[in-house]
Amino acid sequence: MKQHALAVAVVAIGVAASVQAQSAADGIAKYREMLQDGNPAELYEAKGEGLWKQKRGPKNASLEQCDLGKGPGVIKGAFVELPRFFKDTGRVQDLESRVVTCMETLQGFNAAEISKTPFGRGEMANVTALATYIATESKGMRFNLPQTTSQEKAMFEAGKRAFFMRGGTHDFSCASCHGEDGKRIRLQDLPNLTKNPGDGIGFAAWPAYRVSNGQMWSMQLRLNDCYRQMRWPEPKFGSDVTIALSVYMGVNAKGAESAVPAIKR
Amino acid sequence: MKKSFAWTLLPLTALVLTACSTGPSPADYDKMAADMTKASFQERGIAKLSRLDQDQANAACAQADVSGKPLDDKVTKAIEEANMKTIKWPSDGKFLGDWKQGETIAQSGRGLTWSDNAQTTNGGNCYNCHQISKEEISFGTLGPSLYNYGKLRGVTDPNSAASKAIVEYTWGKLYNARAYNACSQMPRAGHMGILNEQQLQHVMALLLDPKSPVNQ
Repeated sequence: MKQHALAVAVVAIGVAASVQAQSAADGIAKYREMLQDGNPAELYEAKGEGLWKQKRGPKNASLEQCDLGKGPGVIKGAFVELPRFFKDTGRVQDLESRVVTCMETLQGFNAAEISKTPFGRGEMANVTALATYIATESKGMRFNLPQTTSQEKAMFEAGKRAFFMRGGTHDFSCASCHGEDGKRIRLQDLPNLTKNPGDGIGFAAWPAYRVSNGQMWSMQLRLNDCYRQMRWPEPKFGSDVTIALSVYMGVNAKGAESAVPAIKR
Repeated sequence: MKKSFAWTLLPLTALVLTACSTGPSPADYDKMAADMTKASFQERGIAKLSRLDQDQANAACAQADVSGKPLDDKVTKAIEEANMKTIKWPSDGKFLGDWKQGETIAQSGRGLTWSDNAQTTNGGNCYNCHQISKEEISFGTLGPSLYNYGKLRGVTDPNSAASKAIVEYTWGKLYNARAYNACSQMPRAGHMGILNEQQLQHVMALLLDPKSPVNQ
C-alpha cells in the first residue's frame, strides 16, 4: 500500500534540511508537495471503515445505523455539515462527539468513559479512525454547516466569543495566531480562521496525518493541542467550547472544499 | 441518553428558552460563552483553571474584538495605566545582561504548558513571532521585525543618558506590553512571570547591546 511513505519522509527531511540554502517558502512548498504523495491517513481510514461495519460493544452491533445528521447510515456529505443540532441528544455535536453518541446508543459503550480516554488509546483511537473514515467520504465536497436552529446560531455566537477570549499565562486567544491574513509562527503559515481561509485550509484540513509525530490528528486533538500551546487548561473532549469553536470555524469556512484527510508537517 | 454525559446542556437550554420572543442579545451570548468556558476546561498539570480568569484588559480587549468596535479612549487609558503600575524595574539597576543567553531565551518556546512542569526553564517564544537576528531564518511574522532594533534607534551606548528613554521603554515593553498598547497581543513576560528579571536583562542585551548580532 504505502511502502513509500517512509521513503517520502526521509527525502522530506532532506528537503527540510536544505531549506536554508534556498528560499524558505519554496522549500516548504516542495516538502508539502512530496508529502502528498503518500498519506498514511489511508490506514486510519481503512481501520475506521472496518470499525463502522463491525459488530462490536456490549450490544454487539455495528454503527451502520448511526445518524450523522443526514439520516441513519448516510455517511457521504455528513462531515461538511457538522457540527449541527441533533434532536435526540438536544445538543449541537461535532463529528467525534456524534460518533461517541452512536457508540453508546447503538453499541452500548460508555460515552463518558470514552470521552475521558487519552487520544490515541483504546476506544478513543477508534473514534479517531472512525472520524477519519467518515470525513474522508466527503473529500472534495464543500462546507455548508446548517445555521437553521436557534441552538446552531447560539453556538456560532458563543464560538466567536470563545475564539477571541484571551487567557492563560500568555494572554493568548485563538485570534492571537489566527486573526489575520498572511502571518506565520516560525515558518508555519497560519490560516485566518475569522473568514473562509480557502479550500483545504484550516477547518477543511482536519483530521490530518501529522508526519512530525506519526499520528492521526482529529479536530478535537487539534484544538486540544492549540490550547496546550496557548498555556490554557485542557479542554474536555467534546466540550461545548470545542464544538462552538468548530461551528464558528465551519460556518466561516462555508464553500471551502474539504481536503480531509490532509497531511501535515 | 441513559448515561448522562458530563456535557453542559444547561446554559444553552436556558438561553434558548428565554429567547423565544425577542431572540438572544449579545449579552446573552456573552454569558453563554462565559458559562460554557467554565464547564469546558479541566486542570491538567501546572495549567490550573485560574488561568481562565479574565482581568480587565483581557475582558475588554476580547469584547472589542468580538463586537468589532475598538476600545474607547477612557478604557484604553485605564488599561494602560493599570498595566504600567505593574512594571518592576531591575532591582540591581542593570538593564542589560548577556546577549548570548538572550538569544537562547528568544529561541526557546518552552514552559508553562500542561506538558511542562514547574521546573521547566521558560523560554521567551520571541522567534515564534519576530525576526530578531539575521542568522535565524525560521522566524514568525505576528510581531514586527526586531532586526537592528538598537541600531535603528541610535543606541550606541546603552548606559548613556541619550539611550535612557529607549532602554527603559524596551524594559517596560518586555515586562508588560499592555502598558503601552492596551490590547497588544504580546505576552506580558515580566508581569505574568514568564521570564524572570535576569532573563529579561539577557533579552534586553540581545536587542540593545551594540555587540549583539541583532545590531550588526
